[in-house]
Amino acid sequence: MKFSAWQQSYANKRSSSFRASSGPLDSSSDGSIKSASAIFWLILHGLCCLISLVLGFRFSRLVFFLLFSSPAANIYTAPFRSASELAQTLTLYSTPASTNIELPAANRTAGITASPNSRVVVGRHGIRIRPWPHPNPVEVMQAHRIIERVQKEQRLQFGVKHPRTVIVVTPTYVRTFQALHLTGVMHSLMNVPYDLVWIVVEAGGATNETASIIAKSGLRTFHVGFRQRMPNLWAERHRLEARMRLHALRIVREKKLDGIVMFADDSNMHSMELFDEIQNVKWVGALSVGILAHSSQTGEESSASVIPKEDEENRAVPVQGPACNSSNQLVGWHTFNSLPYVGKSATYIGDREIVLPRKLEWAGFVLNSQLLWKDAEDRPEWVKDLDTLDHADEDVETPLSLLKDVSLVEPLGSCGRQIMLWWLRVEARADSKFPPGWIIDPPLEITVPSKRTPWPDAPPELPSNEKAVTGVQEHTLKHSSKTQTSRSKRSSRSKRKHDPKTVELQLPGRHSEN
Amino acid sequence: MRTWVWVFSVLVVYGFVLRISADQKARTERISGSAGDVLEDNPVGRLKVYIYELPSKYNKKLLQKDPRCLNHMFAAEIYMHRFLLSSPVRTLNPEEADWFYTPIYTTCDLTPTGLPLPFKSPRMMRSAVQLISSSRPYWNRTEGADHFFVVPHDFGACFHYQEEKAIERGILPLLQRATLVQTFGQRNHVCLNEGSITIPPYAPPQKMQAHLIPQETPRSIFVYFRGLFYDVNNDPEGGYYARGARAAVWENFKDNPLFDISTDHPTTYYEDMQRAIFCLCPLGWAPWSPRLVEAVVFGCIPVIIADDIVLPFADAIPWEEIGVFVAEEDVPNLDTILTSIPPEVILRKQRLLANPSMKRAMLFPQPAQAGDAFHQILNGLARKLPHDKTIYMKKHGPKILNWTAGPVGDLKPW
Repeated sequence: MKFSAWQQSYANKRSSSFRASSGPLDSSSDGSIKSASAIFWLILHGLCCLISLVLGFRFSRLVFFLLFSSPAANIYTAPFRSASELAQTLTLYSTPASTNIELPAANRTAGITASPNSRVVVGRHGIRIRPWPHPNPVEVMQAHRIIERVQKEQRLQFGVKHPRTVIVVTPTYVRTFQALHLTGVMHSLMNVPYDLVWIVVEAGGATNETASIIAKSGLRTFHVGFRQRMPNLWAERHRLEARMRLHALRIVREKKLDGIVMFADDSNMHSMELFDEIQNVKWVGALSVGILAHSSQTGEESSASVIPKEDEENRAVPVQGPACNSSNQLVGWHTFNSLPYVGKSATYIGDREIVLPRKLEWAGFVLNSQLLWKDAEDRPEWVKDLDTLDHADEDVETPLSLLKDVSLVEPLGSCGRQIMLWWLRVEARADSKFPPGWIIDPPLEITVPSKRTPWPDAPPELPSNEKAVTGVQEHTLKHSSKTQTSRSKRSSRSKRKHDPKTVELQLPGRHSEN
Repeated sequence: MRTWVWVFSVLVVYGFVLRISADQKARTERISGSAGDVLEDNPVGRLKVYIYELPSKYNKKLLQKDPRCLNHMFAAEIYMHRFLLSSPVRTLNPEEADWFYTPIYTTCDLTPTGLPLPFKSPRMMRSAVQLISSSRPYWNRTEGADHFFVVPHDFGACFHYQEEKAIERGILPLLQRATLVQTFGQRNHVCLNEGSITIPPYAPPQKMQAHLIPQETPRSIFVYFRGLFYDVNNDPEGGYYARGARAAVWENFKDNPLFDISTDHPTTYYEDMQRAIFCLCPLGWAPWSPRLVEAVVFGCIPVIIADDIVLPFADAIPWEEIGVFVAEEDVPNLDTILTSIPPEVILRKQRLLANPSMKRAMLFPQPAQAGDAFHQILNGLARKLPHDKTIYMKKHGPKILNWTAGPVGDLKPW
């Protein structure tokens, strides 16, 4: 029925276009000739209808195309133009059998025009597809520049009016996962839209490895060495990190850096809103920190042993930070409850147990750097001078030790309700080996198929997985890594499920299962 | 002496307050329309409108039968009636009226899925005109030239959803002399009379207000569009729907990361528009759509792909400076066109869009506010005043309107 409707409209169009085209010609006298030609067209039209019915497609248009075809125009440049050309010219016609639109089908019929002067025609139009319909990299870059400019304008209008420099303090040391963590922090800092100064304090002295990682950032960095080496026990590590941070604060004081000091530990995760939020701090601010106390145990074991029934709500991520009353004033602190983990927490680095944070982590505090300057006139009286902490270094757990009056800390992130950074400690064992700079040089020559590996309950290896993948050391989130000589490749993915059990057999000195 | 000191200090304080508040406002730019700053004109006092008393079968009963008419994009006719009933431009004395309004809801006959059926609308309109011409002398006085009707359907007063049929029918012969307030607008089209007023389609203002996100959320989507590319029920091959323009957008840009286009119906549609820089507003079966209104309200630059379209209030709003017009034949080069716009031009367009009077002019809020679409319609009507003396028919002179023109089916009573 659509077909017959089209035939009818086609007949209408033919008659109307005849009216239109004969308009400019002398219409009055050609009465008889007009009726003869009309009859002729009618008969021809009827014949074409019959043929079309039989053949099943619009044969009539094909005939007119053959009779009246103009040189086939390139459909990508031919403008589909006015009604006056319609009666004579028809452009390319695709076979209806191929309804695939990908073909350059300029199936243009002589449709009804809206009016004699209009360019726009009702009816079927071609779907214009350019020869290579894929993104152009130059244009993509230009679009990104436009987006950046728009966002910059948005920041100017709605964002922080007078952004201050962000001074980031990161303690680090060379170890297996240093590259992983430090690159993560570095990429976050590279995206910060404000001026940035990065103070990297390295335990064991400044090394080239660390320097090469942070050189890729393009940020203004101070790479400082700290004479002591990082100890292997977590408690001592936390203390040393506190001292390293104080050392960095002394650098801020010496160089009289102006801005907002924040503590970005290298394994933490920061969101971009964090950097916008800390611009609001006046003197000392406190943020909520989500604690991702990682456990490598499988689900049933940990839930049965670690989390007792009455602490069901602790299954949610524990959060450290300021606690406010209903009028958004600081009344206390949410700290980390380490009771459920007593006896089950990690003691040495690389331990498979959960690594616990302190009661309040350094990362959740931000300071105005002017507090640290030697002779700052604006410094409020409730802030101690940094020098007073020099002798009591051992016990500085949080920046709150710098304050005489803790209640004047400003809670940030809508009073601690927004969590914009997450604390996590994941480390490999101290004696784990990794290629220096994570570059395998020279490339490995010997490749050993993993079938020879004595995995006890391994399924038969698929041939495609035997090929060596050089230079790939898979990072797993497990505490343990292999103490055997580093393999050049990992076995297939199905094997990884067996890892926990098999690793237990191989690692000496592990605690027995709890 | 002391009073001068007081006055001076008050002025200084006032200046400070102004400066502080100016700092906090978003930077906007004033819209100077082609006819001057007409968006802020106040129509009250410039015209008088008389509302005919029609039996409720033309308006209230239809609404009672189907209250969905209040929420769809054709609801402007109902809200215009309600606005005029309580507006200061209304007059109860027809002798002093400049314009006459007929409250008839022609788009309130809905299918179960909510689409309006226009098949009875011509008859309904005819019967309404017969009623007003027989009960009052004002129709015959000018043959309807000082009357206006709100016809928000797909092709206005052509009363059909299919363009070919609409063109065949043309504008209802009885409405040839009246002013039509319609959403459809296309240059050199049968269904757009000279002197019609194009209005935006109805978009629910409260719903849009409820989905506003903070202004500082960075705009990270380059081009955004949600809607059909192929109308699989009526035109599966493509080529008729949207004159092939929407299908061309899909085929050319479906794998382009800058174009966030799909046929989803996400719940975050309004929020996403506020995170986009450009919003595509291509034609569908008709060239207009509520997308334009949504783009303006959410500050997303509209990219209008519809040849010869006439946009709402085109004589008051300089659409060329606010939106980007792309010819349908240029759709394959849409990415080149959009990325070659200089950033300063884009920022200027965003400033024009941020102007609150621009957003207000596109909306139909209840209750009505100054500068909203209702007032812009009245401004448009006021700009056509005073009526030319020639519209008044001679006492026993020849009639212009042909009451028996049109398809036979239209002549049946309603």
